[in-house]
Amino acid sequence: MTTLNPRARGLYRFFAGLGLTLAAGTALADYTWNFPKPVTPIGRDTLSMHNQFMIIITVLFVVVFAIMIYSMLKHRKSVGAQPASFSGPRNALQWFWVLVPFAILLFIDFVLMGIPAFHAVIDMEDTRTRADMVLKVTGLQWKWQYEYPDSGIKFVSTLTTPRAQIEGTEAKGENYLLEVDNEVVLPIGKKVRILLTSTDVIHTWWVPQFGVKRDAIPGFLRETWVRIEEPGVYRGQCAELCGKDHGFMPVVVRAVPEAEYAAWVDKKKTEMAAAAAGSDKAWTKDELMAAGKAAYDKNCAACHQAEGQGIPPAFPALADSKIVNGPLLSPDGKLIPDSHVDRVMNGKAGTAMQSFKTTLSDADLAAIITFERNSFGNKKGDMIQPAQIKALR
Amino acid sequence: MNTATHALDPHGAHAAAPTGILRWLTTTNHKDIGTMYMTFSLLMFFVGGAMILAVRAELFQPGLQLMKPEFFNQLIGVHALVMIFAALMPAATGFANWMIPLMIGAPDMALPRLNNWGFWLLPPAAILLTLPFVLALFGIGDGAVATGWTLYAPLSVQGGIGVDFAIFAIHILGVSSIMGSINIIATILNMRAPGMTLMQMPLFCWGWLVTAVLLIITLPVLAGGVTMLLTDRHFGTHFFDAAGGGDPILFQHLFWFFGHPEVYILLLPVWGLMPHVLSTFTRKPTYGHTAQVWSFIAIGVLGLVVWAHHFLTAGLPVPALLYFMYSTMSISLPLAVLFFCWIATMWRGAMSFETPMLFAVGFIVLFGIAGLTGLVLADVAADAQYHHSYFVVAHFHYALFTGGIMGVMTGVYYWLPKWTGHMYSEKLGKLHFWLTVVSFNLTFMPQFFLGLAGMPRRIPDYALQFAEFNAISTVGSFILGLSQLIFAYNIWRCVKGGEKASDAVWEGTSGLEWELSSPPPHHSWEIQPVIKA
Repeated sequence: MTTLNPRARGLYRFFAGLGLTLAAGTALADYTWNFPKPVTPIGRDTLSMHNQFMIIITVLFVVVFAIMIYSMLKHRKSVGAQPASFSGPRNALQWFWVLVPFAILLFIDFVLMGIPAFHAVIDMEDTRTRADMVLKVTGLQWKWQYEYPDSGIKFVSTLTTPRAQIEGTEAKGENYLLEVDNEVVLPIGKKVRILLTSTDVIHTWWVPQFGVKRDAIPGFLRETWVRIEEPGVYRGQCAELCGKDHGFMPVVVRAVPEAEYAAWVDKKKTEMAAAAAGSDKAWTKDELMAAGKAAYDKNCAACHQAEGQGIPPAFPALADSKIVNGPLLSPDGKLIPDSHVDRVMNGKAGTAMQSFKTTLSDADLAAIITFERNSFGNKKGDMIQPAQIKALR
Repeated sequence: MNTATHALDPHGAHAAAPTGILRWLTTTNHKDIGTMYMTFSLLMFFVGGAMILAVRAELFQPGLQLMKPEFFNQLIGVHALVMIFAALMPAATGFANWMIPLMIGAPDMALPRLNNWGFWLLPPAAILLTLPFVLALFGIGDGAVATGWTLYAPLSVQGGIGVDFAIFAIHILGVSSIMGSINIIATILNMRAPGMTLMQMPLFCWGWLVTAVLLIITLPVLAGGVTMLLTDRHFGTHFFDAAGGGDPILFQHLFWFFGHPEVYILLLPVWGLMPHVLSTFTRKPTYGHTAQVWSFIAIGVLGLVVWAHHFLTAGLPVPALLYFMYSTMSISLPLAVLFFCWIATMWRGAMSFETPMLFAVGFIVLFGIAGLTGLVLADVAADAQYHHSYFVVAHFHYALFTGGIMGVMTGVYYWLPKWTGHMYSEKLGKLHFWLTVVSFNLTFMPQFFLGLAGMPRRIPDYALQFAEFNAISTVGSFILGLSQLIFAYNIWRCVKGGEKASDAVWEGTSGLEWELSSPPPHHSWEIQPVIKA
């Protein structure tokens, strides 16, 4: 057999380097190599537990493989080692040394790691004790809807990064892919109980700095909680593969002092009242078309595309579509099953076409339907009023 | 035993055996079938690898450069299905076919025709998996399954024809694996050489025995789960739809009841192989044979009862969270027994570092990282941060690339001279090892840090703070991918010719398989050897 000394030394250096890299990642507590700075009690707990565990496993790694590397250097044929013939512990002392590592491992598993982990789980799952307020989060392909049951506020939060930045024709902004039109605003220092659900597929709501990640499951409620300790803007993303634009549904939370939060609630309520008034007034066709284009780009274009060509077969074209070019309502003003209005309001089960009735206002729905019937080469010429949508709900 | 041996040799006149393509289509010889499994596995390894290199190329920089998100989603899911079902599992089955009869002194597998059928189910399944890509080019359907390999409902209920193709591919692959498992169990239990007790049986056979039992227990559950998905998609059932009284999480339970044992299904044959390699190149008997057998069994049993740690963020009740956390942590004990035995086998040996030994050592160290990160992943509160992130991606590639694929490479270099009768190129083998180990770490070590920094998995585009690590990872992945061409070339060279290998091949070998010539005769152990206690 050939002499392999230099190679073994290389091997030694490589594994030693690997150990150091692992250790550096934990001991430096440098946040580009570790969790982003936590701002909730759960986040702080998780980070300190993570750091402690990383040190434990690094020590285990180094000790175990130091023994192995020592053996690889000493017990080589090329340095004249003679093979021993043992194949198991042979006396009480050897049995003792064999069992010691397992006793240590048991202690690490169920005491050193197991006890803090137990308390962290109990704390994380205690969503109800002394909760100050509730935030309801609904995942939709591919945006988040937020509701504040205490104040009746409800809005949808969508990615605002322009297509041009994603496709590389424009320089990428600072918060590329992590910016939205409507941020969730939460007061600092309050325990917020977060209820999660979804209208279509499973999504996962995740803000790394909160140390909280929970699935939003269609047809069920899941819950978690946060108590944000510092004001600021915190960014996260959907973490469960939820279809085409899974990578494009960020979570942005703005944490503000309580007074500022109260002001925001008042402002939102006024906006909601103005939007509700929009349902009752009569809109001109031009107004509907203009509002429809804006709402279409935000809510529909991801699948049906900017020019209504769709991505068949998953996402059908609206241009020349039989459904879009079908009749609007029945002669007595009722909903026709599987018609254009029915699709937009109620969606289609088993497909990505969701029910928009719950997420969009009467005005937005009327505007989108009017816009689609008179764009992309569709020339229906008709229109629907927000008041008519309101009557169909 | 003897009557069985005669009954299994129906050919009589060997001159009548078909040649050319018909030989391979009709063969019932365990060595031929083993070779076909290995060749198929190598081919699919490159198919799955090419898919993920396209993904890594897209992730080289932020922004969408090369592909649309929907195509990206297809590539990641099919990459996983191909690598798991068409590359790693067939490689392990190929090893089993070649080596189990040689190791236990059996003339062939117990059920040779079933064996042939088991292999020939694989190519149609691989075609089913990848065909939707081609159909989409002709405007039929919208491409392959785009839900990730986990097929989570209701996303998979929503998906296109690719999901149906994947469901049928999984059914066929499952049937193939179950047939292979029945065959291996029947062979091991009935055809060991007289005098070879179960406890004396080589550890590779033990690893496979536990694997085969796990496959038979878990695959029917997966088959049931995907069939329920199929009926939800097309026949109006509501197993996974809350509106009809179903529950999407039910699918996750069914999937991971198979999916977690699957990890051990991929790893147990490798854990079985390691002691053979270590004992050979340390020139010393295996340490703790019996302890390793019981560890395999313990890991198999524990592996069946920890599945929900794959969805700890799905909102399980607290008692379930605690149970799955502690039961997962307890797997570290039998696994530590294996590590202890591997290192104790090396201790005070007379080691030399030919390519198989290098891969074995690389396997032990890097798989150690997978095991240790697995231990912290079990912690429910910290898992909330790691889960669905690149930390998990890095963790399971340390488990399945270094644990699975590097383990298979260990076996290929170790047994290739026995199979072909020629030595492979040691120089190329070592080059392959070093390139693989360095570029593997270059690819996956940064992914741990990406996960900690908060990058979710399965996204085609990412925020700017993740750019540097992704660029490093992509460079690493291309070196890793290209290095595997050396592997393929080295195998090709070795099959074609080269220095003659002796019967024992390596200096420190022991076991029945090394008593046969290299390559072994087409029919070996027609008269079973007798093992004396």
